[in-house]
Amino acid sequence: MFRSTLKVLQQSSLRVKFFGSIHNPLGSVVRAVLPDPSSVYMLRRWSLVRTPGLAVNMATSSSHSAVRRVAIFGGTHGNELSGVLLVKHWLKHGEEIARRSMEVRPFITNPKAVEKCVRYIDTDLNRVFDNQSLSGDQKGKVPYEIEQARKINSLFGPKGSKNGYDVILDLHNTTAHMGATLILENSRDDFTIQMCKYIQTSMAPESCAVLLIEHPGVKYATTRSIAKHPIGIEVGPQPQGVVRADILRTMKNVVNYALDFMQYFNEGTEFPPCSLEVYRVLEKIDYPRNESGDLGAIIHPSLQDQDWKPLNPGDPMFITMDGEVTCYEGENTVYPTFVNEAAYYEKNQAFAKTEKVTLMAQALRL
Amino acid sequence: MTRREESNRYDGEILSGSERTSEKVYYFGMQEGIRLKEMLNSACQCSLVSRVVIFGGTHGNEMSGVALAKHWLKEPSELQRKTFVAEPCLANPLAVEKCVRYVDSDLNRCFSEEILRSPESESDPYEFIRARELYQKYGSGSCLYDFIFDLHNTTSHMGATLLRCSADDIMSLHLANYLQSSSGSQSMPCYNYLIDIPKKDNVYLQNIGKHSLCLELGPQPQGVTRADVLSRMRELVNCGLDFIDLFNQGKEFPSFETDIYRVLSRVDYPRDSDGEISAIVHSGLQDKDYVPLKPGHPIFTTMNGEDLLYDGETVVYPTFINEAAYYEKKVAFISTEKVHLKVPALKLETGAEHNGTLQ
Ligand SMILES: [Zn+2]
Ligand SMILES: [Zn+2]
Repeated sequence: MFRSTLKVLQQSSLRVKFFGSIHNPLGSVVRAVLPDPSSVYMLRRWSLVRTPGLAVNMATSSSHSAVRRVAIFGGTHGNELSGVLLVKHWLKHGEEIARRSMEVRPFITNPKAVEKCVRYIDTDLNRVFDNQSLSGDQKGKVPYEIEQARKINSLFGPKGSKNGYDVILDLHNTTAHMGATLILENSRDDFTIQMCKYIQTSMAPESCAVLLIEHPGVKYATTRSIAKHPIGIEVGPQPQGVVRADILRTMKNVVNYALDFMQYFNEGTEFPPCSLEVYRVLEKIDYPRNESGDLGAIIHPSLQDQDWKPLNPGDPMFITMDGEVTCYEGENTVYPTFVNEAAYYEKNQAFAKTEKVTLMAQALRL
Repeated sequence: MTRREESNRYDGEILSGSERTSEKVYYFGMQEGIRLKEMLNSACQCSLVSRVVIFGGTHGNEMSGVALAKHWLKEPSELQRKTFVAEPCLANPLAVEKCVRYVDSDLNRCFSEEILRSPESESDPYEFIRARELYQKYGSGSCLYDFIFDLHNTTSHMGATLLRCSADDIMSLHLANYLQSSSGSQSMPCYNYLIDIPKKDNVYLQNIGKHSLCLELGPQPQGVTRADVLSRMRELVNCGLDFIDLFNQGKEFPSFETDIYRVLSRVDYPRDSDGEISAIVHSGLQDKDYVPLKPGHPIFTTMNGEDLLYDGETVVYPTFINEAAYYEKKVAFISTEKVHLKVPALKLETGAEHNGTLQ
């Protein structure tokens, strides 16, 4: 498994500088040449402390134009209530998310699903932002979410064009014990990598993992993908249809740090080159199933709630009603995530396997 | 059992029958200590339990019961005991298939006289039809089942809540006590829970059986099956069946004392003029089911970060805190009081006494 993955990585254009996995022989060698990222700079919400001279690669820096338009999406899945409540609140009281240098627009993306408190009405809104669905040449009755996707695309896109919003923060919850998670779609997007780094550093000591969903074989076609710099904010565990104060607070902090980052950037703050440890999606793992396709086993108690923790060869993954255990048979340690997510039963996904990868971003300035 | 001419504290009717007479032991507190003593000297007698049904999927997205019922339907041997027949049943198969709480209407609120007795009509919600089917099969006339287990999950941190809807069901109280004392669990302890409503106002599925107990285990999100919650539920059901088996074999269960949590009132979320929730459960109350809530303690927090305090005068025990399914029922939590109870002994009634005291 790992070898084939490695091959995929080498062939693809991913900007992966080294692997964090201890089983990777390259890891230790490459790691030695990189400075400890925490020594490069330290960011806090209200102050930016830089240590000049330690930063690598100062020669190359990418310059971006200012962030002018930002959208905050809530209710892309109507039963993930932190984003629903926050966006509804910000629609009435926008002061908290207002920043001088840009327009910040909160938006409920799937109002019908929100009203019914369900994930979606006809189809998952977060999987239909592909060109075919958005183009509008579909015949017959159009599913509600496709209709909605086109509307969102015209308001905040169009996807892939210069006119699209600069940044979309898309707010989600999961039933998995993933804590605060930032979902990154593109390993070459220095701006978003720098933003993730800033948020992660600001959130400390609370953990904030970054999940890279870039995959050679899978395109997610997410709602936020119409922006130049899309970022998913996934916070859990929280049951569907429930709003927890602690999860809400975490999500609110992530959003505010993201907005602060953009404000600093717009003001001319230069962000030094950085490295970012991310969990890169390898493949999704389905539940064992019986002949009729029904679940044949459930998540093993020792894997439950262990998102981001190493899953080693031989570790249990599933257990049947008769107590039979299925173990992980891969050759390398992987990092499971979205373990026992309620919404993924129908997507035939018990959890997703990831590997640790470190991304590099060049210095960033206006 | 000696017949006692006591009045029903719900509607003033004279009680008759062994089920109803047993109600008199519910002397909350010790005010009626003398009669209590008298009562405690004689064991409550119940007839043999010959038919047991275990409902899973009464709410289609509460997965522990769904997974267990599905499993037992294929492999029922685990439920077999020497002295009775136990059968599993998926109560709301359509909701289970769709993994939703219900299709048209909450099945566990459909067992009212009104719904069960009304003539069938084309426009009936699916759950009305299903409720009548279940009543026909398990709850009426000669089909009356002796004991019902109804398996549920909650998103609240309620451990293993043993929920009863009938104060006068001594058998289920003994069963609950048996579960409490023979199955220890640090993470999911048993709590005795009583929704004290008159039989005629009882709209719950468990109402259709002669005796019943609802297992409400949490926390578990809707649509998720956690192995730890599932195995705890399985252990409790098996333990409950063991109890019934022992009872049927003539074992006498001595009188005991216990604490139960009795429902006082339902507390809604603060709402704005549009009826939208304007504050959420405070982090200090979240996950604090069964922990005493004292006057002045925060219970909600507004989106602006303002705390709202509990302004009651007495300590209550909040339950079903932040249950997903209760948002639409306008319930943020249910406050209960802790009641100390003395429960008389229980034994199998003999045929002669049965004929003499019933009717
Ligand atoms: Zn989502
Ligand atoms: Zn339920």
